[in-house]
Amino acid sequence: MAKKKFIVGNFTDEAVLFPAVKKVRHAGYKLHDVFTPFPIHGLDQEMGLRDTSLHTAGFIYGITGTSTAVGFITWALTIDWAINFGGKPYFSLPAWIPVIFELTVLFAAVGMVLTFCWLSELAPFVKKDHFSPRSTDDTFVMAIECTSATNEEEAVKFLQAAGATDVKVETKETGWWLGDYSNDKMRFA
Amino acid sequence: MSIRSTFTAPKNFNTVALTLMAIGVLSITGLWVTSGSSTDPHEQARFWASLLQNSVYFLLVVNAAMFFMCITTLAWGGWQMSFRRVPEAISAVVPVIGVICAAILLAIVFGDNHTIYHWTDAEHVKHDAILSHKKGFLNKTFFAVVTILTVLLWSVLGWKMRQLSRSIDNEPLATMEERKKYIFTNTVWAALYLVVFALTVMSSLPWLWLMSIDAHWYSTMYSWYTFASTFVSGVALIALFVVFLKNNGYLEYTNDEHIHDLGKFMFAFSVFWTYLWFSQFMLIWYANIPEETIYFQPRAHGIYKGIFWMMFLINFIAPLLVLMRRSAKRNYGTITFMALVIIFGHWLDFYQMVFPAVSPDKVPNIIYDLGVALGFVGLIMYFTGRALAKAPLLARNHPFLKESLIHHT
Repeated sequence: MAKKKFIVGNFTDEAVLFPAVKKVRHAGYKLHDVFTPFPIHGLDQEMGLRDTSLHTAGFIYGITGTSTAVGFITWALTIDWAINFGGKPYFSLPAWIPVIFELTVLFAAVGMVLTFCWLSELAPFVKKDHFSPRSTDDTFVMAIECTSATNEEEAVKFLQAAGATDVKVETKETGWWLGDYSNDKMRFA
Repeated sequence: MSIRSTFTAPKNFNTVALTLMAIGVLSITGLWVTSGSSTDPHEQARFWASLLQNSVYFLLVVNAAMFFMCITTLAWGGWQMSFRRVPEAISAVVPVIGVICAAILLAIVFGDNHTIYHWTDAEHVKHDAILSHKKGFLNKTFFAVVTILTVLLWSVLGWKMRQLSRSIDNEPLATMEERKKYIFTNTVWAALYLVVFALTVMSSLPWLWLMSIDAHWYSTMYSWYTFASTFVSGVALIALFVVFLKNNGYLEYTNDEHIHDLGKFMFAFSVFWTYLWFSQFMLIWYANIPEETIYFQPRAHGIYKGIFWMMFLINFIAPLLVLMRRSAKRNYGTITFMALVIIFGHWLDFYQMVFPAVSPDKVPNIIYDLGVALGFVGLIMYFTGRALAKAPLLARNHPFLKESLIHHT
């Protein structure tokens, strides 16, 4: 939970947004985030974000699913309750492959969804501060974090020169809280 | 480096291709001396089976480039436009290998040797209840007509697709109406090809050419499994040529994003192949009916065990683990290596489709077959190189080209 000051600007065109991101980073401002109504290809590279590790997590969840399935079926069908199915050996790997596959997919899918929600701080009743409501509608919203070295007026002008409209200096909560948006105490100091 | 829009084969390219072809001819001669000229029909069959396996495999692989072109055209895909001339050039090899393959197949069917295709022996079929039931499908006339018609249709439709693509190279399409019409014409021809493809590679052809070697046995998945096998190798072949051209300073608009997508295709269709391979195996393993399990007896448990499981390892485990990472799919070295591994792996797959029935007592000396395979590789290199040099490497007036230039995964 930390309230910080941000310069928030709206962009309406990708062709303006991309050079603006470049300029802002080049000028040494601390780019907090860019909020867009839909995914924009290449924006993550332009912002200098590192690749997500979500797929590595997915691989680990998948392997966990595979081992769970192999381990459990082996234990159940060879040790705990061995049954003779049509004269097949107790350890009949081909027959288990579909189940092993399904559990791999299930673990990987559910694990990745939960990890994604956790990383993006999405959950029921979790609320986050919006930088601009228009980022859910028709504009790309860029937020620059003000540090002790930031001259706010200069930064506002810089962002306007880069093509942003409706540029404001705002205090926003960067963390999340439980409850609802009407809780003014949580939102503004 | 200046941008070069037309391919000229590098110094050693044709030398290498011709050397490979020479190795192929040498291997065929060697095979003829050791097996083909023998009076024992089983020895002769070993010679013809090698030619059959190699020509069918490489024909279906180059034909997969046709499928790649047509399926992306039909789906109105744009991402492949920056390197589309590569599958086009590969598809130009279809008539060449098609004629060779058809000649070999017809020689086997109409030759007097019945060791490969038992159903060609009329006397034998009379006393064989199963084969006489299949007579409507497995007979010489039908085989010959389908084989010739297939090669003919593939060649003609491939020529049409290439001609359509090259026709606008010097005449840009001025209006939106013209562009729409052009895309529509392309779509219609691509759809026609896909109908032919569905009736041949995806259904009847592998049954006729390959599955009828084990004439009593059948599997409805066989054609799909063959298709998956050759399509993943075909994409690997396209990737090889794209990387080769990139390394020689061509295809300036093809970048990591396109290589990444080809890598995804190689990864995805390796998994798809495994899915079909396993589905075919598991049902037969589960039911355990003798007339069905006879197919897997020599392969999974008999003397072909080594090739069978090795081919499974390099066709599934290797692509799965190596190509899983994003960085691996964007790396020229990894893509080249995996493409070679996949092409070799599926060649082995075809090897174990053909040989256990032809040579049930001992695994033939695979060196000869590899030599014949190298001959076909040389053939593909030579004719693809020639086709690449014929037209500019970029279809610069295609309406969808921009989609490929800004492609981003």
